[in-house]
Amino acid sequence: MTALQLVALVLTALGGAAVVLTPDPLRQTLVLGIYGLVLTFLFFTFQAPDVALSEIVVCTVGLPLIILAALRKIRRQDRGREQDGEE
Amino acid sequence: MSRRFRLGLFALAGPGLAVVLLLGMHGLPAFGHFRGLYGVLANRLEPPLRHATDIVTALNFDLRAFDTLGEEFILFGSVSGVALLLRQLRDEHKDERNRDVADHRFADASDALRVTSLILIPLAFALGAYVVVHGQLTPGGGFQGGVVLAAGPIAILLAGRYFALKALAPAWALEALDSIGAGAYALIGLGGLIFASVYLQNFLPLGTPGKLLSAGTMPLNSLAVGIEVTGAFLLTWTEFLDQALIVERGAR
Amino acid sequence: MSFLPYVVAAWLFVVGLWGVVSSQNLVRTVLSLTVVQSSTYLVLLGVGYRSGAQAPIVADIPASSRLVDPVVQVLVLTDVVIEATVTALLLALVVQAHKRFGSVDPADLRTLRD
Repeated sequence: MTALQLVALVLTALGGAAVVLTPDPLRQTLVLGIYGLVLTFLFFTFQAPDVALSEIVVCTVGLPLIILAALRKIRRQDRGREQDGEE
Repeated sequence: MSRRFRLGLFALAGPGLAVVLLLGMHGLPAFGHFRGLYGVLANRLEPPLRHATDIVTALNFDLRAFDTLGEEFILFGSVSGVALLLRQLRDEHKDERNRDVADHRFADASDALRVTSLILIPLAFALGAYVVVHGQLTPGGGFQGGVVLAAGPIAILLAGRYFALKALAPAWALEALDSIGAGAYALIGLGGLIFASVYLQNFLPLGTPGKLLSAGTMPLNSLAVGIEVTGAFLLTWTEFLDQALIVERGAR
Repeated sequence: MSFLPYVVAAWLFVVGLWGVVSSQNLVRTVLSLTVVQSSTYLVLLGVGYRSGAQAPIVADIPASSRLVDPVVQVLVLTDVVIEATVTALLLALVVQAHKRFGSVDPADLRTLRD
């Protein structure tokens, strides 16, 4: 095992825990993006450039946009409900 | 089951599961010492058989082509599910009163952001197209390139022009892209059945390895997947963003 | 040391499950599930790796070189993209659940039984 692989594996273990332990879903989305970059680095050190390319496009563009839009939708629904309650 | 009980149960079961997983994986070949023959054979056979230089893509569209067809339909199915679930909600909110307000809701992007996103659009398109068509030569292919291609139109959204995006890529066009991609892959397979008597078998000339038009049907397969993934991701994003905008309208 | 990738994979699996079990927000549940998913990538790529081998792309190296196993890479490659759309489906379900029950806490979904 090379030193780069060792570093990537340790970072991955920490990153996965960071995603799960981040309390706020909005911040969690950002941490998930960073975790995706760590996974990309790991796949790269595992000699899997195809997979790394796949992971980097999904974690930087694909997933965050979907999660952010869903979170925004949920927050607006909450706000709409509160306004209904006041009226 | 109360939350406390559930967490307590997992505090016991979690470590147990970890031990079982580790015991199970103990039987796997040690890291770096894999001796499986299948991959070695694929590495030796794919370049001469299909004239492709990226063996991963070659496997994806040759030995594992039928599996990829299945993956394509998972993609298609989940995107249809997203559209189905979110559109039911949209009808519930069909309130167009505040449309004018909503039109300008996304328009407060700064000039710097607009110019940057305008530069990003052609770049994303060029990079995505490059990755899709060079799948059989270098790392890439339809799955990765499709996401990059879909990111181009999304840059229009970053420029604050959501309705320009809707005009450029209406839902019916995205649905068509998604379906054409999935259908084209199945049809290429049928071509194999007709001309080479095996479903998804190559039936085109193989060409020179390393050239853009080589590896037989592989560039076509890659293109079909690329079109489907582009349509699928754009459709998913715009469905969710429609949701966000509709509630914006309702809240005002 | 050669067992480390599998240890990390087991760790990710259990930590992700902890996130699913302890979550009080369905969005967090879905995001934790993606961590569980990533542990499978680690097992597959860890199995297929060969020490000192090169990536299975023979554009500028001879095809007889020592290459890593391409089969597991194909499995992971398609799964990464498919996973994103399946996550989107799960989030659409979360949005629907929030619409119906006014909450994203799984404990509040008990009204399902009515």
